[in-house]
Amino acid sequence: MTKKVTKAGSISRRRLLTTASAGAALAVSPFRINLLQAEEAPIKIGFPVPLTGPYGAEAQDQVRAGQLAVAQFNDAGGLNGRKAELVVRDDKLNPGEAATRTLELVEKEKVNFVVGSLSAAVQLAINNVTKERGVIFNSISQSDAINEAADFSKYTFHEALNPHMTSGAVGRYAFAKFGKKVAFLTADYAYGHEMVRGFLEVGKEFNIENLGDIRHPLGTTDFSTLLPRLQALKPDILCISNFGRDQQIALKQATDFGIKKSIQIIAPLLSHASRVAAGPQAFEGVVGGCSFYWGIEDKFASTKAFNDAFRKMYDGKLPTDYGALGYGGVRAVLEAVKGAGSVETDKVVAALEALKYDYYKGPQYYRKCDHQSVQSVLVIKSKSKDMKNESDVFEVLSTEEPNEKYLRTCEALGHKS
Amino acid sequence: MAGLSLDLIALQLFAGLALGAIYVLFAIGLSLIFGMLTVVNFAHGAFYMVGAYVGLYLISIGGNFWICLVAVPIAIGLFGLAVERVLIRPLYGRGIDYPLLLTFGLSYVMVECVRIAFGKTGYPFDTPEVLQGAVDIGVGYFPLYRLFVIGATAVVLLALWLFLEKTSFGLIIRAGARDPQIVRVLGVDVSRVWLIVFGIGTAIAGFAGLLAAPLQGVIPEMGGTILAEAFVVTVVGGMGSIGGAVLAGLLVGVVVSMTSLFAPEMAKVSIFALMAIVLIVRPQGFFGRAGLMS
Repeated sequence: MTKKVTKAGSISRRRLLTTASAGAALAVSPFRINLLQAEEAPIKIGFPVPLTGPYGAEAQDQVRAGQLAVAQFNDAGGLNGRKAELVVRDDKLNPGEAATRTLELVEKEKVNFVVGSLSAAVQLAINNVTKERGVIFNSISQSDAINEAADFSKYTFHEALNPHMTSGAVGRYAFAKFGKKVAFLTADYAYGHEMVRGFLEVGKEFNIENLGDIRHPLGTTDFSTLLPRLQALKPDILCISNFGRDQQIALKQATDFGIKKSIQIIAPLLSHASRVAAGPQAFEGVVGGCSFYWGIEDKFASTKAFNDAFRKMYDGKLPTDYGALGYGGVRAVLEAVKGAGSVETDKVVAALEALKYDYYKGPQYYRKCDHQSVQSVLVIKSKSKDMKNESDVFEVLSTEEPNEKYLRTCEALGHKS
Repeated sequence: MAGLSLDLIALQLFAGLALGAIYVLFAIGLSLIFGMLTVVNFAHGAFYMVGAYVGLYLISIGGNFWICLVAVPIAIGLFGLAVERVLIRPLYGRGIDYPLLLTFGLSYVMVECVRIAFGKTGYPFDTPEVLQGAVDIGVGYFPLYRLFVIGATAVVLLALWLFLEKTSFGLIIRAGARDPQIVRVLGVDVSRVWLIVFGIGTAIAGFAGLLAAPLQGVIPEMGGTILAEAFVVTVVGGMGSIGGAVLAGLLVGVVVSMTSLFAPEMAKVSIFALMAIVLIVRPQGFFGRAGLMS
């Protein structure tokens, strides 16, 4: 038995050696060509997003706008002539799939950077891979955990808002205006949990009464069995913390059940793509937050420029919130590459940390301790009439200006300041 | 959590039955096809999804919901006939896994085709105007459209029952399900019977997809979730038993609804817990295979 094992072991070792040397021999000729072309090899940005599944509508916008950032970089001459390229992968909104795809992007595609994700949970799986391999990852989706010391690494950047900022801004607006009795309907995963935690925290300042929190699994298609219960609680505010298709269906069915007659519905985030996919009826009157709305182009030249470039590239279409994040996430990395004059990870990290940027929504910068992008939060309301075009879906009610006081402190996140 | 009242429990029970009606409508097509053809139709969810898209298309070119109620089942039924004739028929007599794998693959092809034709993003599907809003059903407000779905399901069940029990063609179908050999000996073209059964089953799937569209909108993946739930319904009811599918569908709806009231986190699991319990106590499901429509 022992002998057999040893024998098997030696064979596999020999086979390994043979394979390795054969591989090396094969690699010789193309290797030469590679050397010659090294200067032309594109800067690759891996882009794992959930193209299929409940967040598909938003993910496709992320890709569109990410492509725009790459096109602008290339049109401006790239990095001394070296062009960039977006390598898009479908993570299917599944942490395992995302980790595999990311590993593939890093190992096989040899991407220089990773930007992407659209899920509080999935981005942590991507981040695990990238931080282990020492690859910069700029997340364009909400998460609180990614700021915390346990998940953070110096390669981790967070272009999106985080739930603490978002629920804080929406809570401060809504609790002052619509009442103190609040019931929650929450997607049962990191995103929903972090949002509710944020709402309850800001709710303390307003003495809100928490009537109850009903949780539903991600990807729920029928809320009819949850809505009567929520209605019976008789809240002033129903806070629905879910996203993508879950949000579309929950709002549609809540409307069907007549909940809006007596209850104000709020959501931490109102997604532009979801509002378009679900139609005006379902979202009518709902108040929520967002990181970007094209309508702020009157206020910021950068927004106007981004909108115009996007319109030009996509037949007059206007960018959405998550699209803008895809653009900002990719552009920040590419600008840092330009600034650093290199794709070397450490130099690009330093360049990102030093950025003071305004690419699409007014001033932003990455906070030193957790690489969270400090930025404004918009509080918006969904429109159902007087819409000027198909993208005219929200009305901006108020803006919370960028300020570190709306973020959790570096100490609270476990960072040594 | 406060606010638990008898009215709420009654409303919740009703919500469960309404949800069950959707399960029933989806599962009877599946059960019909399995009961008669012993084909486990994994593409059933895809037919359901295509039904919703055909409705969406018809409305976009100027049709209305009421026209769709007739046109969609006909269109999907015809599509089902073509699928049976071209793809399923060569596989009869080859063991149950052949058509299972074929329809599984077919469902992927159909979903991908719809993604190419209509895009990956979903579309809104407005509830027809006269069915919008909620009405007071005595214990609370309930969406009018969901009441309509219950009614539509009842009509489909009644029509199916009359067709199978009261027409001579229904008699042939039932006989063909019990003993195709004898039926063939008696001079009946069994393959024509199977063709029509498959067409009816898929037509009902398309109809169910159309009815589901105003509840949740339309998206290429919409058939996936309900397929898993519908298999639970058919297994609990007894594979191939239409009566079992009706009873199990309503039961699953009520179980989901009641679990949602007391432990919403468990609602999704409760369906599978129910299936496990039924399988332990009664492995053949409520009405087994033999109890077909009897």
